[in-house]
Amino acid sequence: MDHSSFLIKYAEIAIKGKNRYVFEDALMKQMRYALKKVEGDFEITKTQGRVHVDCLGSFDYDEVIGALSRVFGITGICPVVRVPDEGFDRLSEDVIKYISDEYPDRNKTFKVNCRRARKNYPLDSQEVNMEMGGRILDAFPEMKVDVHDPDILLTIEIRDDNIYIYSKIIPGPGGMPVGTGGKAMLLLSGGIDSPVAGYMIAKRGVRIDAVYFHAPPYTSERAKQKVMDLARLVSRYAGPITLHVINFTDIQLEIYEKCPHDELTIIMRRYMMRIAEDIARKNDCLGLITGESIGQVASQTMQSLAATNEVCTMPVYRPLIGFDKNEIIKISEKIDTFETSILPYEDCCTIFVAKHPVTKPNVNIIRRSENNLAETIDELYRKAIETDEVIVVS
Amino acid sequence: MTVYLDNSATTRCFDKVRGYMSEIEDMYYGNPSSMHMAGIEAEKHVRYATEVFSRLLKAGPKEIVYTSGGTESDNLALIGCARANSRLGKHIITTKIEHPAVLETCAYLEKEGFDVTCLEPDGSGRVREDDLRAALRDDTIMVSVMYVNNEIGSLQPIAKLGKIIKEHNENTLFHVDAVQGFGKFRINPSREKIDLLSISGHKIHGPKGVGVLYINDKVRIHPVIFGGGQQRGLRSGTENVPGIAGMAKAADLLYTDFETGTGRLYELKTMFINELMNLEGVTVNGLPEESPEAGDTLEARVRMSAPHIVSASFEGIRAEVLLHALEDKGIYVSSGSACASNKPAISATLKAIGVKPSLLDSTVRFSMCVETTKEELDYTLEALKEILPALRRYTRR
Repeated sequence: MDHSSFLIKYAEIAIKGKNRYVFEDALMKQMRYALKKVEGDFEITKTQGRVHVDCLGSFDYDEVIGALSRVFGITGICPVVRVPDEGFDRLSEDVIKYISDEYPDRNKTFKVNCRRARKNYPLDSQEVNMEMGGRILDAFPEMKVDVHDPDILLTIEIRDDNIYIYSKIIPGPGGMPVGTGGKAMLLLSGGIDSPVAGYMIAKRGVRIDAVYFHAPPYTSERAKQKVMDLARLVSRYAGPITLHVINFTDIQLEIYEKCPHDELTIIMRRYMMRIAEDIARKNDCLGLITGESIGQVASQTMQSLAATNEVCTMPVYRPLIGFDKNEIIKISEKIDTFETSILPYEDCCTIFVAKHPVTKPNVNIIRRSENNLAETIDELYRKAIETDEVIVVS
Repeated sequence: MTVYLDNSATTRCFDKVRGYMSEIEDMYYGNPSSMHMAGIEAEKHVRYATEVFSRLLKAGPKEIVYTSGGTESDNLALIGCARANSRLGKHIITTKIEHPAVLETCAYLEKEGFDVTCLEPDGSGRVREDDLRAALRDDTIMVSVMYVNNEIGSLQPIAKLGKIIKEHNENTLFHVDAVQGFGKFRINPSREKIDLLSISGHKIHGPKGVGVLYINDKVRIHPVIFGGGQQRGLRSGTENVPGIAGMAKAADLLYTDFETGTGRLYELKTMFINELMNLEGVTVNGLPEESPEAGDTLEARVRMSAPHIVSASFEGIRAEVLLHALEDKGIYVSSGSACASNKPAISATLKAIGVKPSLLDSTVRFSMCVETTKEELDYTLEALKEILPALRRYTRR
């Protein structure tokens, strides 16, 4: 029997009191966005606090499940068999066919759970449970009833138009629907960490804008293409992403010439944060997101983080701060960004990396070094902001 | 201004070739194997191509086989001949500076039980005749040497190598990868003792996805692609009619007024190298040393290499950064090595000719074509004069 509907389960958002409809509407909007790229016609409806996807016509089951498992806010997806109401006898035949299709091994316990939205159905819920249980036992003598902890919880939902049969739940990604939590600016580098960081914050319902610092001719056009590809992969979860590409070369060269070499990365990052915050403010973002994790590299020690953090007044969200590299890689593989992240276009600017960068920068010393830039930096900063190339990826 | 100096990667398809191909796509779309008129009309264009290549290579029509490009030609030549002749021996000789299409195929044959010897070239990227003599054995079934090296433009003494091989053993096959040589030199396989010759369409202003393998009719060879038995069973699959005909048209055009074209390229190359050597910290790779044979003028030495490729190393500059800086001025070149996460894939050719380790990642290839002008090269030299000092200001500390 074909699954032609999906019942969407969501937990966290259902408890938000009067704001509930805001969350449900955001959820449905994100579901529509996710299903737009799947072939077929889908109707998403909300009735009595539940969201349904009805598939009109033919569709690819795996593709629909794939798309829905990328919608934050969904905790479970139940594939539903939808049958017309043609009397109880016909319904019990359908239910028996359903069990025989779905459960080749029937050495299992079960419980029938009827929900009656249409109250004029000839049997009430309890009667359906008992009568259907009996018919299932007749058809499959090897099955047993267990009302407390059944292997199969078979739900029969009698609705105005059709009857829905389901028993399985495919776990969703959890989290909150994107669009319910404001917007933040992700510093996207092209590495493994930053796309994962964006994914994690988007999971809490936050819309994502991104900024990428381009340094031609030291980084190639392909590196920029790679960042756009990564943004596109994250947008499968986070919705459309506005990517800002900033030409950072002149600032980088100026720092390289005027500041101590071992402080270069820290000072560079301080300028990236300043620019990111500027652009974030202009675009109504409420925070910055980075992929930093304590101690991963020299610029991510506690001291270095303090030094880069100092230039921002906006909150900087670092969802990976306590993660090991392997844990981050695991998520990047799960969200399909890993393969793209490890494409080798990143290191064309290695001339800017010191062999022995400072690992415990002193903020006062860094500030003094930045004074060396005093004459030129404002102008370079202004010019860099002007290079902002805006690309919307989805 | 756009200056395309990456013609060894691929070339612009000639307008006339494009027009001809689109006419075939439009009007002569039949399958050349079909019995009806549409098939016969299509076959005419394949026959035209075969006529062109037989004329240019002084070969018989049955000695021309069409493939999907240089890589397939090399694969068919090496694998097809190795399998067909393994009873006679299992030894294959090639060089360290071959294209991966040859080197990787040889590596595969090694796994199949063949024994491969790779000759080391001299400092200018030429195979030494004595080295070949010393490497030839009784069980050597095949020698594969490229006509022109794709990275540094060195020209191999093919006719001399051919003579050495045949003097040693008439049955040892000589395969030449002429992907960079065809269109730049008049190649006469039978006079140069070449048994198999690989050609690629898109390196000679033809379309991509098509190539030729010349196979002397005495050569024993097995197919590597099986199917409907087209091309005497040697290369099954419906012929790529527009591709084949377009490639032939390109070759036809290139070899019309050929001497003027290459003469002009040699003049441009000499001028360009001369100017490059006047710049600080630049070395040019792949030119023979001054010698009685090579002569002592730059012009004479340049004439002993391919007319279109200039390989130069720029001290203290990463090739990829220079590439992008030139790109910014509309100039397209290629870097000797691809930048791969901190471990640049070092070019085997540059290493083999003894380029200093510090320069391996600082080498750029400029490759010209018949359409390249002096103005374009002047513009490139001006750009280099501007870029080099700027980039050197920010070298790795």
